[in-house]
Amino acid sequence: MSSELTLKKGHELRALLDGGEVSSVEVARAFLDRIDEIDSKINAFLTVTADLALEQAEAADKRIREGRVKPLTGIPVGLKDLLVTKGVRTTCASRILENFIPPYDGTVVAKLREAGAVFPGKLNMDEFAMGSSNENSAFGPVKNPWDLERVPGGSSGGSAASVAACEVPLALGSDTGGSIREPASFCGIVGVKPTYGRVSRYGLIAFASSLDQIGPMTRDVKDAALVLDAICGHDPKDSTSIMKEATDFAGALSGDIKGVRIGVPKEYFVEGLDPEIERAVKDAIAKLEELGAEVKEVSLPHTEYAVAVYYLLATAEASSNLARFDSVRYTTRVDGSDLIDTYKKTRAAGFGEEVKRRIMLGTYALSAGYYDAYYRRAQRVRTLIARDFAEAFKEVDVICSPTVASVAFKHGEKTSDPLEMYLSDIFTIPLNLAGLPGLSLPCGFSGEGMPIGLQMMAGPFREEVLLKTAYAFEEATDFSRVPGL
Amino acid sequence: MKWELVVGLEVHAQLLTDTKIFCGCSTSFGAPPNTHVCPVCLGLPGALPVLNRKVVDFAIKVGLATNCTVARMSRFARKNYFYPDLPKGYQISQFELPILEHGYLGVLDDGGAPKDIGITRIHMEEDAGKLVHPETPGADYSHVDLNRACVPLLEIVSEPDIRSTGEALQYVKKLREILVYLGVCDGNMNEGSMRIDANISVRPEGQEEFGTRAEIKNVNSFKSLEQAIIYEQNRQIDLIEDGGKVVQETRLFDADRGITLGMRSKEEAHDYRYFPDPDLLPLVIEDEWVEAARDTLPELPDAKRSRFRSQYSLPDHDADLLCQSIDMADFFEEIVTLHDDPKAASNWIMGYVLRDMSKDELHSVKDAPITPSHIAGMLDLIKAGVISSKIAKDVFDAMWATGKEAKVIVEEKGLTQISDTSEIEGIVDEVLAANPDEVAGYRGGKTKLMGFFVGQVMKASRGKANPGLVNQLLKSKLEG
Repeated sequence: MSSELTLKKGHELRALLDGGEVSSVEVARAFLDRIDEIDSKINAFLTVTADLALEQAEAADKRIREGRVKPLTGIPVGLKDLLVTKGVRTTCASRILENFIPPYDGTVVAKLREAGAVFPGKLNMDEFAMGSSNENSAFGPVKNPWDLERVPGGSSGGSAASVAACEVPLALGSDTGGSIREPASFCGIVGVKPTYGRVSRYGLIAFASSLDQIGPMTRDVKDAALVLDAICGHDPKDSTSIMKEATDFAGALSGDIKGVRIGVPKEYFVEGLDPEIERAVKDAIAKLEELGAEVKEVSLPHTEYAVAVYYLLATAEASSNLARFDSVRYTTRVDGSDLIDTYKKTRAAGFGEEVKRRIMLGTYALSAGYYDAYYRRAQRVRTLIARDFAEAFKEVDVICSPTVASVAFKHGEKTSDPLEMYLSDIFTIPLNLAGLPGLSLPCGFSGEGMPIGLQMMAGPFREEVLLKTAYAFEEATDFSRVPGL
Repeated sequence: MKWELVVGLEVHAQLLTDTKIFCGCSTSFGAPPNTHVCPVCLGLPGALPVLNRKVVDFAIKVGLATNCTVARMSRFARKNYFYPDLPKGYQISQFELPILEHGYLGVLDDGGAPKDIGITRIHMEEDAGKLVHPETPGADYSHVDLNRACVPLLEIVSEPDIRSTGEALQYVKKLREILVYLGVCDGNMNEGSMRIDANISVRPEGQEEFGTRAEIKNVNSFKSLEQAIIYEQNRQIDLIEDGGKVVQETRLFDADRGITLGMRSKEEAHDYRYFPDPDLLPLVIEDEWVEAARDTLPELPDAKRSRFRSQYSLPDHDADLLCQSIDMADFFEEIVTLHDDPKAASNWIMGYVLRDMSKDELHSVKDAPITPSHIAGMLDLIKAGVISSKIAKDVFDAMWATGKEAKVIVEEKGLTQISDTSEIEGIVDEVLAANPDEVAGYRGGKTKLMGFFVGQVMKASRGKANPGLVNQLLKSKLEG
């Protein structure tokens, strides 16, 4: 029974729990057993909170008996380890926060607790969400469940791998430049990056504040909609959170996409795109047309500048966001000869290479004499990129593209060349710069059996059309599979 | 060579909001260390700032009272630097787009002519925490208290329009008075509610170009401001006259020694890497907000002073003193409503109320043991001839000490003035009989002895005799 349970998706578990066929405790045990059994192979978890999970599961069973059920009551949700959890170590996969136990819950975590969700643990990631392969974790890389020699993508690599490997049915990731969509694509699952401001960032340890957004990583679209419904909403603790009424994305999955206008951006089908991926994505678009969507080509002319803009703005913000890790309060401290020396030693020892690289880049971009040439100019180009999307979305409802130009690559393949690594995100970054919603869902497999992801993007707060289109595609195809670990 | 002083001032004023600028923690002073803190003001990972609307209200009021333009859109920016009292590693401030710009305050120059001191900008920001250094010599640690972190400040930056210590003092006093009038700052400089940095330079008289300036930090009283400017002016003049050059630097004022000391040079100056804070949206202020704030503005000090002069026919000196605080001005006006003699009310305030407030170290007349009705009641008794002005002084002291009304005190102590001619006549006769030599002297032309007789009669009546009657009776008996 237990291994069968872990094959279930969130909404399937909901039905079993509501029907009294299993208890939340049984569900929690099944997934904890699964983690116990296979996590040593993939290294998706940084902290397993079995006691907490079982305690929450018991409380969930009580709620179910009392009829106070919410959609996620009793269902395990894995949390990327940059989501602040009261009383549970939160590391950001960094040495500098190795022993940090937060005294508070972030808003999204609090909402999930409130909904009766079960937390089996905290998930591995690239340190401070900086990376595209999950090779930047201070606590070892995550392996792709489809091929342990390959990366799961990043930075939400632990979230993606744990869902793909059925260690959890649902997980949360965060997406700053593709950190949900790229690993979802590499691991063959669904990952949604909501509109900026849709989900509260309070309690999300910031990488780049103007880009970060929390989102679901799940095995199908319906689960993604369920999780989104649970975490969206205005939060008075986050000034960038948008006033919007409660959502019912799950209820909007009609399967009918007749008349939905699909745009295909010519700038995303260029040289360097893996032909297998191009074929899979084009087939997917044809499938959508077959299902009643209208397809046309669109143009996003400033796409080529997105990566450069991103690596100025995101690093600038990061250089400031990471300044608080100074050894004075909660960080691991390495004592030096004086205050400045202590700062230097602590940060030298506490941060990994990539984090240091980005802090330096960002510090440079904001420095006197360079600000106008780099930061200010990048902001202007960011506006142009956002305008590209605004123009395109006058014509179409959803833009489809590959999520990544390749399937998951091998460990170590790109670590020596940061620039090449940065290019993993060329198709995902523009959306963050524009603050728009997008998702990745499986649309095929490469010859070597690695999953291929289809990216869908939409205008501001149009998650509904995005999810509806993705759901229709998912219903009509069969790419949602479980790797044979 | 004649030198001209050029000063620009940056005043940090701590705002009197109940809660901090970006979180709901209390701003009250004196709590045990790190008890008014939360994830936001501790700078915990993941915490986010949310702007306190009241801070904006206060800023708008200050802007209106200092003739500033209120920006329709302003932005918060991060000022990045490392220090243990700065929990996020940056201070949230405003940089390129401050909320207020282009204001001014009027002062009198040394020749007595009116002039405006320009206000370049006023912006909102959060305070840092404070370091508590252990008293043990050689200790290798310090404590950090973050109660003050995230307390709201306004930074008010003047143009380099100030040309003398007199102008500098007037400017800061006026500014302080306005802040206190508006109820947005308590103005307590010794508690750090107002802190001043002074940018000081000198140039040969007649030269248009500014000299190189030094920024003097840690100027925390009017006296320090005066001392710092004079010291720094002389230091710079001496330096230049000795063939040296003023270097652009930050200097610290040492209040104990009255001197400024070099802190860091321009080369060592921080690059704060300001950039717009992505955690806070641009602040948009619609006209309605400004108008609503305008409607709550009290009468400002200058307007009140001029009204006091005309409405109550008070001399400049009285109007100035009474209008130094809104509480005192209100106190005065309430007395006048109850007893219509403005000059008498003013005299009693200036002579006795202020004296006793200073003796008891009271900041506001609201904290005094007496109310306007006490003074008015006492003035009523004087006017009615029930007590003399001399007795009134004792009555005032008793009111201050006990909080009882004048009437009650007069009754309890039997201080009612003796206005009964026959009773006074009896005393006068006794005094004259007891002092035959002086009577003879007076009648022989020593009319100055009148004072002596009055004194004796008052003494014998224990001060209660009506002085007018005493004078009249003495005169008629001595000269009649």
